[in-house]
Amino acid sequence: MTATEPTTLPEVPTSALGAGPGFVVELEAFSGPLDLLLHLLREEQLEIADIPIARIADQFLQAVHELGLNQAADYLDMASRLVRLKAQMLLPRRAEEDGWEDPRAELVRRLLEYQQIREVAVWLGHAAGKRAEQLARGYLPPPPALPPPPLTLNLFDMLAAIDRVIAGMPSPVLHRVVARPLDVESATRRIEDLLLDQEEIRWTDALGSGVTIVDVLSTLLALLELAKRGSLRLLQPTPFCPMVIARESTRPAA
Amino acid sequence: MSPLAQLLEAALFSACRPLTAEELTTLDSDASAADVRVALEQLREHYDFNQHGVELVELAGGYQILTRPVHAAAIERAQFSVRTPKLTAATLETLAVIAYRQPVGRVEIEEIRGVSAGGVLRSLQERGLIEVVGRSEALGRPLLYGTTALFLELLGMRDLADLPKAEELTIALQPHRAASDGADDAAAYVEAES
Repeated sequence: MTATEPTTLPEVPTSALGAGPGFVVELEAFSGPLDLLLHLLREEQLEIADIPIARIADQFLQAVHELGLNQAADYLDMASRLVRLKAQMLLPRRAEEDGWEDPRAELVRRLLEYQQIREVAVWLGHAAGKRAEQLARGYLPPPPALPPPPLTLNLFDMLAAIDRVIAGMPSPVLHRVVARPLDVESATRRIEDLLLDQEEIRWTDALGSGVTIVDVLSTLLALLELAKRGSLRLLQPTPFCPMVIARESTRPAA
Repeated sequence: MSPLAQLLEAALFSACRPLTAEELTTLDSDASAADVRVALEQLREHYDFNQHGVELVELAGGYQILTRPVHAAAIERAQFSVRTPKLTAATLETLAVIAYRQPVGRVEIEEIRGVSAGGVLRSLQERGLIEVVGRSEALGRPLLYGTTALFLELLGMRDLADLPKAEELTIALQPHRAASDGADDAAAYVEAES
């Protein structure tokens, strides 16, 4: 039986969580506060039986802080014990005082006990490793991967899935289409009213005020319709001159 | 080999766990415990003398035919079998406490290890390495745990007496060793940490 091997720090998968605050995986590096404490003592080559509490308490707190263990209750418990011990050691005592109990005694006992358990744990680890080199019957290979079960869905799952798909789609460029109905009736009425007063009107008169493309189209359609009905005539005396709208003389308006 | 040794070999070959001497005695009503012991010894010598790839191993209070360590890597590479994965430090420490202190309750385990042990205890129980062996008379009648035969099997031990004795352990840290030793230790730490 050899002395306990130095605590090897297991490789720590820090990449998974990064170095951010919170419950950090480096916790795994030590199997507990006693392990960390032993590690510190060993690092400083200090004797368990005569621990310089003040120094080791500070180092413990620092290590807990650095390793991000300050959210783990077990480590905080030990930290508070150490701080309490540190305070107790500061109390003055007379050299000749009888019955003075070293406040560290309990901690020393625990550390020695834990040290022993560590040693046994290492022994057990070796034993298990040695045994693992010998294979027994009865090994069952891991079952092959099963094909995925048939898809079963209920309506709500499916709707939710559709919502997710839709939410993920980039919103398309939409053009708002505004209905601009041609108002042929009022254009017709307007032209008829004008022709009641005048024999002839000009195209620009017929358009009225506030001309939009819709008004132009409405008026044009109204004129063509009226001309078809024979209510008016459309004249253009010379090419490219403004159109003249004349009342149909053969049929008096009224 | 004697007919009895052949029968024992067949039984041990077929079994997936170590078989105790008592169990092996039931194979042949004419065979006494002493006969079985002699036949087992014959079987062991047969494997060793003829340099078989397997050997007769005494563990967990019984006997089992296991492959020799030298073949483990090749067998595992070919994926015919796998070595048991390594146990974690927390698992080993908890097993160590239970192995020495059994029957022992959760509180005592936690006190010794300085960490809560609920999760480890549960997984050890699920793996069949420990079992509830009773209840303490203390307040709340907490459960008491002990190790199982599977624990011995996993560690290749015949029985708990195979555990290192307390006096064999170097209990305390050894700061008074030669300075060079201490330096080696410190160096090993630095290495492990980097």
